[in-house]
Amino acid sequence: MIEIAGVWKEFAKGERRVLALQDIDLQVAPQEFAAILGPSGCGKSTLLNMVAGFDHPTRGTVRAGGEAILEPSPKRAVVFQEPALFPWYSVMENVVFGPKTQGQPAAEYRARAAQIIEQVGLKGFEASYPAELSGGMRQRVGIARVLIMQPEILLMDEPFGSLDAQTRSLMQELLLQVWERHHQTVLFVTHDIEEALLLADRVCVMTARPGRIKKSIQVRIPRPRAIEVTTSPEFNDLRREVLALIREESQRAATEAA
Amino acid sequence: MRRRLSVPWFILLPAGLVLLWHAAVTEHWVTEGIIPAPAQVLKSWHTWIFGSGATMLSPYSGTWLDNVAYSGQRVLQGFALAALAAIPLGLMIGWNRLAARLIDPTVQLLRPVPITAWLPFAIAVFGIYDASALFLIGLGAFYPIVVNTTHGVRDTNLLLLRAARMMGAGPGTVLAKVVFPSALPSIFTGLRLGVGVAWTAVIVAEMIAVKSGLGYVLWDAYYVGRMDICVATMFSVGLLGFVSDRVIVWASRLLLRWRTLEAHV
Repeated sequence: MIEIAGVWKEFAKGERRVLALQDIDLQVAPQEFAAILGPSGCGKSTLLNMVAGFDHPTRGTVRAGGEAILEPSPKRAVVFQEPALFPWYSVMENVVFGPKTQGQPAAEYRARAAQIIEQVGLKGFEASYPAELSGGMRQRVGIARVLIMQPEILLMDEPFGSLDAQTRSLMQELLLQVWERHHQTVLFVTHDIEEALLLADRVCVMTARPGRIKKSIQVRIPRPRAIEVTTSPEFNDLRREVLALIREESQRAATEAA
Repeated sequence: MRRRLSVPWFILLPAGLVLLWHAAVTEHWVTEGIIPAPAQVLKSWHTWIFGSGATMLSPYSGTWLDNVAYSGQRVLQGFALAALAAIPLGLMIGWNRLAARLIDPTVQLLRPVPITAWLPFAIAVFGIYDASALFLIGLGAFYPIVVNTTHGVRDTNLLLLRAARMMGAGPGTVLAKVVFPSALPSIFTGLRLGVGVAWTAVIVAEMIAVKSGLGYVLWDAYYVGRMDICVATMFSVGLLGFVSDRVIVWASRLLLRWRTLEAHV
């Protein structure tokens, strides 16, 4: 359970103060897959960083599992846009970094690592270094290293944003499979409408800066979902609705910038 | 790819320079008796290395290895001291804001003082002993190592720090498993620059502050007019500096294997 209540965030930009987030209220229920969708610069990553514990609100509260968030925790695992792997560690060493750091017994996490590496399709690459992998494979490692920690909450900050279209849809299917199996509480930040609708139970559309929640839309497409649902009429209706909301905001951002 | 390494091009320039040097001496372009011919330097160097031992007539015969050992040992000790002090200090300055405020200004203020300017101070405090030489070598090598270590630490990718903390790493683990490996390439740059300064410092120190080693021979040979030995000493120091640099590069390749992978992809 993630509870964001009355959150404001201000940044100091030299002399100026910039309001990034304005009065955000958002709750993500246990086992819910929520997507935050918004134009670039709307503060959606800032919001996710506060749930992760990397950043703190200027006003308001962010809680997870009933507790105020003070610092990062393995309970709230993060998948970043850049895979952010340790280049000096092999795939296996990257994947076991969490449990090893937390002092779990090696025998247990080794077995789990082998299983997860197979699940994300990296079997045979355990000894490879990140530099030897493609972008998609690196992000698979980024996902594997958080799955092994069995987090209650999964925070994803445009995790497939830098991948090519084919790889991206493969990764989305992988994520759907993983989520079907474990049903973590997910907060997924993206600017890709289709991605948000395909993956999430609920899509929260944000306004341009200062970011507010403009509208929250339930996605009642039955699960398990596969990439094919993106061609259904139901999906198209949702896409049209969200697109209109997003276009309004993008235009507003563009005219205000000019 | 076709290999076309049959011509060792790198040899052309040095060979040309040696020929020019030879011609300058034999054709009397330079005043006679000041600059020795290449062949003369080679012959004296050979005696210096392989001679049967110092006598009144040939005081340098067979003493090369001893002097190399003296200088080499000083460089090794001074450099090791510098690295042992500079790497932890650089990590602290780069990592901790308070440490940076406390230590960094002093380092930056002292750094522009050339090690040659420290010579009288070193002799006054440590006397004409090894300690003087070690102080100068250590001090000279310290600055590039501490500056590059600090720089490397500050360059650590913020996302990697966040990733480590999100996976449960405390400050100690972050420093050891993320910041240090991330700064290691920069630390090696510092070590390479540092060892270069160490060889400069050892020659200066031995010319004045101690009575043995290649720097001492260099100055001594100059005083007695043995320019052939001076030139041979210059080549010796150059060669040793080159070898120590290669050793560090080799060590860095060994430890930074992940980095060479990155460069090739």
